[in-house]
Amino acid sequence: MGQPLLSLRGLTKAYPGVVANDDVSFEIGRGEIHALLGENGAGKSTLVKMIYGLVKPDAGQMEMAGSAFAPSEPAEARRAGVAMVFQHFSLFDALSVAENVALGMETPAKTRDLARQIREVSEAYGLPLDPYRTVGTLSAGERQRVEIIRCLLQDPRLLIMDEPTSVLTPQEVEILFETLRKLRSEGTSILYISHKLEEIRALCDTATILRLGQKVATCTPAETTARELAEMMVGSSFATPAAKTTTPGEVLLETRQLSLPAPDAFATPLRAVSLSLRAGEVLGIGGVAGNGQDELLAALSGERLAPRGTIFFKGGDVSRMGPVVRRDAGLLSGPEERLGHAAAPNMSLVENGVLTAARREGLVRNGFIDWSGAARFSERVIERFDVRTPSAQTAARALSGGNLQKYVIGREILQNPEVLVVNQPTWGVDAAAAAAIRQALLDLAAQGAGILVISQDLDELLEISDRFAALNEGRLSEARPVAELTIEKIGLMMGGAHDMEVADAQP
Amino acid sequence: MDLSSISPVLLLASVMVSATPILLAAIGELVVEKSGVLNLGVEGMMITGAVVGFAVAVNTGSPVPGFLAAALASAILSLSFGLLTQVFLSNQVATGLGLTLVGLGLSSLIGKPYEGMKSPTLPRLDLGPLSDLPVLGRMVFSHDIMVYLSLALVAAVWAFLKYTRAGLILRAVGESHDAAHALGYKVVRVRLMAIAFGGACAGLGGAYLSLVRVPQWTEGMTAGAGWIALAIVVFASWRAGRVLIGAYLFGGVTVLQLNLQAAGAAVPVALLSASPYLITILVLVIISARGAHGAPASLGRPFHASA
Repeated sequence: MGQPLLSLRGLTKAYPGVVANDDVSFEIGRGEIHALLGENGAGKSTLVKMIYGLVKPDAGQMEMAGSAFAPSEPAEARRAGVAMVFQHFSLFDALSVAENVALGMETPAKTRDLARQIREVSEAYGLPLDPYRTVGTLSAGERQRVEIIRCLLQDPRLLIMDEPTSVLTPQEVEILFETLRKLRSEGTSILYISHKLEEIRALCDTATILRLGQKVATCTPAETTARELAEMMVGSSFATPAAKTTTPGEVLLETRQLSLPAPDAFATPLRAVSLSLRAGEVLGIGGVAGNGQDELLAALSGERLAPRGTIFFKGGDVSRMGPVVRRDAGLLSGPEERLGHAAAPNMSLVENGVLTAARREGLVRNGFIDWSGAARFSERVIERFDVRTPSAQTAARALSGGNLQKYVIGREILQNPEVLVVNQPTWGVDAAAAAAIRQALLDLAAQGAGILVISQDLDELLEISDRFAALNEGRLSEARPVAELTIEKIGLMMGGAHDMEVADAQP
Repeated sequence: MDLSSISPVLLLASVMVSATPILLAAIGELVVEKSGVLNLGVEGMMITGAVVGFAVAVNTGSPVPGFLAAALASAILSLSFGLLTQVFLSNQVATGLGLTLVGLGLSSLIGKPYEGMKSPTLPRLDLGPLSDLPVLGRMVFSHDIMVYLSLALVAAVWAFLKYTRAGLILRAVGESHDAAHALGYKVVRVRLMAIAFGGACAGLGGAYLSLVRVPQWTEGMTAGAGWIALAIVVFASWRAGRVLIGAYLFGGVTVLQLNLQAAGAAVPVALLSASPYLITILVLVIISARGAHGAPASLGRPFHASA
């Protein structure tokens, strides 16, 4: 391939208490899609931030096309031809598409010319976009287009993409891959960060695997199995959840034509959602982020009360009952946002345990909290779910995302729910921890509980669900047995590529 | 009651004078809040501007150095707020309230020797034929330069935020400091500049009170104008044009109720005195009731680069 575009030699970066990158070296060729693979905390983002000039390495050198490259700020990296599509934190909801694009450029053209350029580039790469729309009103896939186009307008030599497909439908993923292949054929190099192994095998030419800040291997993903890649990431083999063999029992949870208006301007209303969940069954609900997942969870948990006669638990109408009553009855839930919704960040694990388990676990006596009982309950969760924490008295915010997720899900599972509703149970959790959480959910179902899993990770839903339904703009499709489904069918259930969406009558 | 004693021309003319201090403070605070910082110390910065402006104008015998000194003093005071909140990450609400208390205390200390004095004031501009126009000339075209400067400042802030790249960056910082930081913009620097601008505007507003509107120094003379400026920014949905409406409305009702009191209207004085506050807030609530409220998404949230 001749001289590489970017070569990294011995990059090291340490933060107090942790070495984020330890002597990492690899090369990215011209016109190559290079995967950067690793668990959360493996040091992927630190490495990328060094290439993009947001973080300065403690040691090591970078070379861009043969000359030394040490960007001290993103503007310098952009001038050298590095562009980055971020996973979070890089769009401004209240600003228009054109303004967002202008902010990511060094010397943007006048708004009118820029709008024309955006239209041209977006059409050339099959990513239609209106430059004057407010970003807050766009779907997740469209927001990503904004970021990609912002990068493409600068003719980058190296495009960095951080977990780009986590918010896309399968059809949108296909469109994105076409765009990336087209860029590769034009000679652009791409550094593609992901933990979705099948995608990397389908798209990338080379993969570099990081574990605990160190490079483990550089390999050709097409010649390596997904399992081998995963084991290199984790460093050991781990159990895939065992298939289960229970037959569904009576209906535990049912919604009938549940409609709720959107709570605020950027939220989604629920439109006539009907579902039923039986004992011993896992019902998976897929869909692209922002199509009513949070709203459905809030309606089922009791955070938002629903109209009378829409939600039934074990045959009784619970529509107008709050979360406490529903929890007492055995309907438990775990929301998506770990910090701030599922757990109070500044409170200890014990205190967070009391917050949801106080009544079911009998941790309150005569209005006083039984702290020793609460500590025992937290210890049980920590032990049973292998939560890595200095102690049960540690503040929730001090735990890594995966460990806190294990704690908040484990906390609900150990309360023996009859129905457990969880949203994104393994979001941002490493592969081994995710497998443990999925196994725990399956075990709970095997004991006769009904599990409703809302997730954007299709592989996860296909792995653990008995039936699958998709949320699209607040409507829930009919639930179908997973065995009958293909990825294409699921994509269509999720609304297909959002531009091809068939309009239907508003209720 | 003798309503005929109220002259509409004089009434409208005094509205512009009465609204100017609040307009200046509010347009400055608008820029601060657009950058994502909530500075509740407007009242303290205004009164500091009032006393410093008064003292300097008395000592130099000219109002212009007074205004300059007022802007400078309040900008420096606001930068102490900026240092605490942006560098040392103190709580913005508590620090802003502290700034108000410091400003009130500091101003009465500095102002003690100047009580009862009279200051040189700004001359009315002679706009030639414009000032000679019937009715309009008296109403609109015969004020001092600060009235027109404040209006120009509103237009400038509006254009700055809407059309310039620097304005776009400022809005971006207020909208999402994490995203702005990820793109390489200097969040803290942008916010410090906005805070200093807001301080300078509040100082000018305060000096206008003590040098033109009243014009003398009395302790606590801002009498809540800074709080009204803050409220106007919120109810104006963070838009420059609506800040202008809010400030003039407040100024207008203030002048009107004073005239009504003087004319002996059969309404309790307390109610009349409260009316500018009530009416301004009511009208702005109605304006902003529909549609998005447009608060900058990062308003009041602390920013730390490593987070």
